[in-house]
Amino acid sequence: MSRLQSDAPEVTRRRPSPRSVVVWTAVAVVGALCWTVLALSRGESVNALWVLFAALASYAIAYRFYSRFITYRVLRADDRRATPAERYENGVDFEVTDRRVLFGHHFAAIAGAGPLVGPVLAAQMGYLPGTIWIVVGVIFAGAVQDLTVLFFSMRRGGKSLGQMVREEIGLVGGIAALVAVFAIMIIILAVLALIVVNALAESPWGVFSIALTIPIALFMGVYLRFLRPGRVLEATALGVVLLLLAIVGGGYVESWGLAESLTLSPETLVVALVVYGFVASVLPVWLLLTPRDYLSTFMKIGVIALLAVSLVVARPVLANEAVTSFAREGNGPVFAGSLFPFVFITIACGALSGFHALISSGTTPKMVAKERQVRLIGYGGMLMESFVAISALIAASVIDQGLYFAVNSPAGATGGTVETAASFVSGLGFTATPETLAAAAQAVGEESVVSRTGGAPALALGISQVFHEAFGGGLQAFWYHFAIMFEALFILTAVDAGTRVGRFMLQDTLGNVWGKFGDLSWRPGNLIASAVVVGAWGYFLYTGVTDPLGGINQLFPLFGIANQLLAAIALTLVTTLLVKHGRVRYAWVTAVPLVWDLVTTMTASYQKVFSDNPAIGYFAQRARYADALATGELLAPARDAAQMQQVVTNSTVNGVLQSVFALLVIVVAANAAVVVARALRAGQLPTTEEPAVPSALVEPAGIVVTARERAELDALRAEIGVRTGADR
Amino acid sequence: MRGVLPAVWSGLRWAHRQVDGQDRWEAHLRRCAEHGHPPGSRADFERRRADAKAAVPGGRCC
Repeated sequence: MSRLQSDAPEVTRRRPSPRSVVVWTAVAVVGALCWTVLALSRGESVNALWVLFAALASYAIAYRFYSRFITYRVLRADDRRATPAERYENGVDFEVTDRRVLFGHHFAAIAGAGPLVGPVLAAQMGYLPGTIWIVVGVIFAGAVQDLTVLFFSMRRGGKSLGQMVREEIGLVGGIAALVAVFAIMIIILAVLALIVVNALAESPWGVFSIALTIPIALFMGVYLRFLRPGRVLEATALGVVLLLLAIVGGGYVESWGLAESLTLSPETLVVALVVYGFVASVLPVWLLLTPRDYLSTFMKIGVIALLAVSLVVARPVLANEAVTSFAREGNGPVFAGSLFPFVFITIACGALSGFHALISSGTTPKMVAKERQVRLIGYGGMLMESFVAISALIAASVIDQGLYFAVNSPAGATGGTVETAASFVSGLGFTATPETLAAAAQAVGEESVVSRTGGAPALALGISQVFHEAFGGGLQAFWYHFAIMFEALFILTAVDAGTRVGRFMLQDTLGNVWGKFGDLSWRPGNLIASAVVVGAWGYFLYTGVTDPLGGINQLFPLFGIANQLLAAIALTLVTTLLVKHGRVRYAWVTAVPLVWDLVTTMTASYQKVFSDNPAIGYFAQRARYADALATGELLAPARDAAQMQQVVTNSTVNGVLQSVFALLVIVVAANAAVVVARALRAGQLPTTEEPAVPSALVEPAGIVVTARERAELDALRAEIGVRTGADR
Repeated sequence: MRGVLPAVWSGLRWAHRQVDGQDRWEAHLRRCAEHGHPPGSRADFERRRADAKAAVPGGRCC
């Protein structure tokens, strides 16, 4: 098949220049050295930079060689074909966009709190399992998924994942995929909101600065709408300055006498978030959502750059073991279950995230200028997110381990006070005293850091420690709240946008049954659909907040498995498409990560449903508490019969949901297997790929344009005689 | 070293124009001139774009 390559002139192999051979050999040697150090050090202190550079060298090699192989050989991206952005340009969703700008857009859309939180929780198993999964996972699974979904959607005019499954696999699979996407989104929103609630509960400083983001965003919205339309950079710069002032101001809430009224219980915060989510979903986007999105995008890029620089400056030493006993025995307090399969579930974003398939189909493919740019945007964007995950893993691994477990273990285990937490943590075999825990809280301006689960507070502790080591100046409390603010900002943006997307999906689907409801400008329809979506995630958020066993402990596995099951649907689709296009020879590129993903998620689903260990299996947990309730017995950490009942209800709901998710994925996979079998028999099958239309646009494929490429592009421009795009 | 600063500066200016949609606005002016339409104000152009985009939800991931 590679002999047909002649249709793509620039792919012809060139003998690599001696300089390129030297450079790539050096990168490979650095990478190999770092991995060797990580593999061989046991029981001695390991510098975080080994992890960082092992990851960076691996990314570079994967991008240079593997993503090129996939784009040119497997997918045969062809720059002579016009992309949907060029063909259907309408200035709204279809729009030819500069590759560097689109990279920013795409990255901002895929990366949020997920890659920050998952690695923090997974650090309970040590730094090594997380590091290996994040790096290997992204190279062979996550980035491959994002790239291939982006490519196939681009070849189909930017169709969504659900649409492609319905048209390319079948109606049954399509409906299953649609239901799965909606349900998974609800769980994801609930867990994200739960992280914010846990970070802000009993923290007047945090509440103060996060609450101020709303008027700041409103101000920016009005500025961009009426005062100076289009001046995004200006408005955002103003917004960021106000944001920093809000963080600094938070430190004074106590002296302003606001501390009491801003100390909110988790339950109050749930109500506030639900009301906020509803209002944000029905307000015009320009007023709140768009400006908040600008703020969070710029903060995201700024903080990540800052974190990378400060890691290199501070060169922190990892405080945890390479692999802890929790990884082997599965009895960790942060989340239950052993390394296989739970590390692969806990770290979703950053290694493999099914949710990205929704961004890679839909928004981004309608903006790609040239086919070959999918490599930079799809594969490159995901590598960048993986780098964020590695930074988060490092930040979580440099904090004192006694502190790590005191912060991340549920209140039912730690007892909630510094004394009980210190004795609990000592019981795990780490050192912690009530004094050190109290001092840690005081250093960051918080009342307490015990059982502040969800990952955000632990990460903020790690980040503030790294920034403090790197820049000095006694600003630890400021950095802590800076980190909390930036995580909360991502999450609230995701909650706003997710609620809106859910609302659109619901209206669209119900519109098939009742036409009027599908009209997106029909006010009552908007209100009802928004209320349903907010109510759905609000329910899970509330159960998570009040769960006696700890909401994160109970819901995070559901979130991770849901996300990976969505990835299974996406990888099933692209594998089916490769086969249907007659490219069986290369189907392993997506089939191998698909099989791996199915094995881990199905094992995890099976354990969460059928395990007879009540710490892992939802139904075993249900039985244990239901039996005790029947005999009038109380099981810790439940304090009364009502809490016992709550555990029974929650574990039933979670168990049922877990089973439904897994079943939906099996339906999609089974439907796909039928199609694949048919395609294999026939050699290939027709697909909904749009016929090729010649492109009149000449643009480079990568970020860096060499002199030779520039000359080739100029020659090509002269040949077809046209449009230079946004390229300088 | 001398080539670096101007390059950084022009890169920043380029980024600024991209973020503010300056290129897009100028392209709109050019198109209007070609077709002989009155281009309207920048504010109206941006508002129309924002409203059209609002009808298409852009997802945000975790």
